[in-house]
Amino acid sequence: MALRHFGAAAALAVTVGMTASPALAVTEIQWWHAMTGANNDVIVKLANDFNAAQSDYKVIPTYKGNYADTMNAGIAAFRAGNAPHIMQVFEVGTATMMAATGAVKPVYKLMAETGEKFDPKAYLPAITGYYSTSKGEMLSFPFNSSSTVMWVNLDELKKANVEIPKTWPEVFEAAKKLHANGHPTCGFSGSWVTWVNLEQLSAWHNVPLASKANGLDGFDTVLEFNGPLQVKHLENLVELQKDKTYDYAGRTNTGEGRFTSGECPIYLTSSAFFGNVKAQAKFAFNAVPMPYYPDVKGAPQNSIIGGASLWVMGGKSADEYKGVAKFLTFLSDTDRQVYIHKASGYLPITKAAYDKAKAEGFYKDQPYLETPLLELTNKEPTENSRGLRLGNMVQLRDVWSEEIEQALAGKKTAKQALDAAVERGNTMLRQFEKTAVK
Amino acid sequence: MQKQAIFRSKLLPYALVAPQLAIVLIFFYWPALQAVIQSFLLQDAFGLSTSFVWFDNYVELLRDRAYFEAIVRTFFFSFAIAVSSLSFALLLAVMADKPLRGSTLYRTLLIWPYAVAPPVVGVLWIFMLHPSLGVLSRYLRGLGIDWNPLLDGNQAAALIILAAAWKQISYNFLFFLAGLQSIPKSVIEAAAIDGARPMRRFWTVIFPLLSPTIFFLLVVNIVYAFFDTFGIIDTMTRGGPGTSTVTLVYKVYSDGLLGGNLGSSAAQSVILMIMVIVLTGIQFRFVERKVTY
Repeated sequence: MALRHFGAAAALAVTVGMTASPALAVTEIQWWHAMTGANNDVIVKLANDFNAAQSDYKVIPTYKGNYADTMNAGIAAFRAGNAPHIMQVFEVGTATMMAATGAVKPVYKLMAETGEKFDPKAYLPAITGYYSTSKGEMLSFPFNSSSTVMWVNLDELKKANVEIPKTWPEVFEAAKKLHANGHPTCGFSGSWVTWVNLEQLSAWHNVPLASKANGLDGFDTVLEFNGPLQVKHLENLVELQKDKTYDYAGRTNTGEGRFTSGECPIYLTSSAFFGNVKAQAKFAFNAVPMPYYPDVKGAPQNSIIGGASLWVMGGKSADEYKGVAKFLTFLSDTDRQVYIHKASGYLPITKAAYDKAKAEGFYKDQPYLETPLLELTNKEPTENSRGLRLGNMVQLRDVWSEEIEQALAGKKTAKQALDAAVERGNTMLRQFEKTAVK
Repeated sequence: MQKQAIFRSKLLPYALVAPQLAIVLIFFYWPALQAVIQSFLLQDAFGLSTSFVWFDNYVELLRDRAYFEAIVRTFFFSFAIAVSSLSFALLLAVMADKPLRGSTLYRTLLIWPYAVAPPVVGVLWIFMLHPSLGVLSRYLRGLGIDWNPLLDGNQAAALIILAAAWKQISYNFLFFLAGLQSIPKSVIEAAAIDGARPMRRFWTVIFPLLSPTIFFLLVVNIVYAFFDTFGIIDTMTRGGPGTSTVTLVYKVYSDGLLGGNLGSSAAQSVILMIMVIVLTGIQFRFVERKVTY
């Protein structure tokens, strides 16, 4: 107990020492985020603009490391009793945040209680669906969203006389040709192996990844991605891995350099990769929609998002909540959304902002920035494509990756690997269900 | 001469050790106790719901095959890292101990890697041996070796062992060199006069005299391999491919921090703690007897 007081006192001393003593009337709002580089500049500019626009509240953005670090810092701060007001949490942390009833303040409640104008219909449903309950109540505020796209090296495709592929069988054919024509180590590849090849694949083909609308309708969800489509897809990858027509590039996005260096002419990863591609690629490129299996009825459906949202933490004063709500309204402004979209490459979250960017002719020069939006809005989201909400998602992905790696290394068949991934994942989900606050 | 100090007051000795005791209690026993308590609890990441579950976390672990695999793997890694870094460091130390021109320069260069933090070591080796980024990977492929530690578990394990051992060589080298230099030259010269050749001189005279150093380093290296390789694993393989580089410490991290399963993570820490206590106990009780000081 004495220790905790000492820690709090020390933290207080540091904060007081570092921030210029604020005028008493100003309410400070702490905003923890995980943005670096150009995106960090965007965050700072947004905070500065908001602070300049009014004098009652002051938003203070703080960089807390990568997504997982930021989330852990927020959780640790909450346990110590001084959580920030706003916390940026990546999409895979959604279930953890949602399960923490009492630790977070749902955005729809916040807006209603503070009397801020708020119309959930103004936002793109494919984005807000991920962060809403099955009743459509928005729990967190979408901030930076992206989706999976297929990056293609147009120069290399031309050289090998290959058209941009639209379906998976076409991708495999194209990769074989590319493999034979100067790409012996990689015909095609991708990052975030589970996101692309399990999560997006399932949504894109309107096939469930897990029961209960992929977990959106409850924590008693069961994984179901060992179905024929996913098994067939993994079998294809395993087959092509043998001669490196497909070459596995790791669990995260560390392999993305293989596209920009020209090694892999076809590469599936996040649309947020665009900054790096633009800066580094010395060839003509484009980002096109994810391929699909034409024999699956109704495919393609719509894709699901990646990126992060802003969670409002619980237990703050009414005045502080008022400021947070005003800040969220400020962020929803159409012009501001267009600015965020253009500066960061992440998707606009409101329909008005998307329409405005389109009207301005923004996508004529940069068609690859519209691709993820077209994918997300391709069709009205279904139970299988609204989003995912699985507990312990970070670790779940690691477990699934482990099994996929075993299949690609030839130690297990695709079916065995996916069965094991489902079984191990379900054990973890039951564990999560036990600890989730009812 | 009497070695023990005599205190007239009974309180003074306690007062003198009190600061040390306080630090040990606060920074070692307190967190250890917390881990033990946490290991009996089932709690969500935010600490909002807590229930006491007795030994459930332990039972679950002992039922988990992956946990046993991690134990075996950790022992294998520790053994491989300790043996390879110790033997290579000894070889280097013996060579640097010879009267050479510029030997101080060699010695300095050999000590340098120790100043490098484990995650940096990981990044360094990634730049050399990552299948697509690595400089050396290209040569390996040129030689006809299918080098891909992203998919080949054995190669990934070899990579971790190599990087971890490499980093520890400097430390071992430093101690071996000091040990070698403290061996009286007259003893070695006497053996030489008796007609013992360099190899024989090394195994019968130098090696036994080095045994305290070797023993000390063995303990240090195993503890290092158990705990400090975390940074290397996290930057290089994140436990993959499959689970082929998940060690006990990495599992504590991934279950606790990534998975938010604090109870299981704490239970693993406690088991790890017991393991190291037992291991150190065995080393001092049985291995130390063979050491001549």
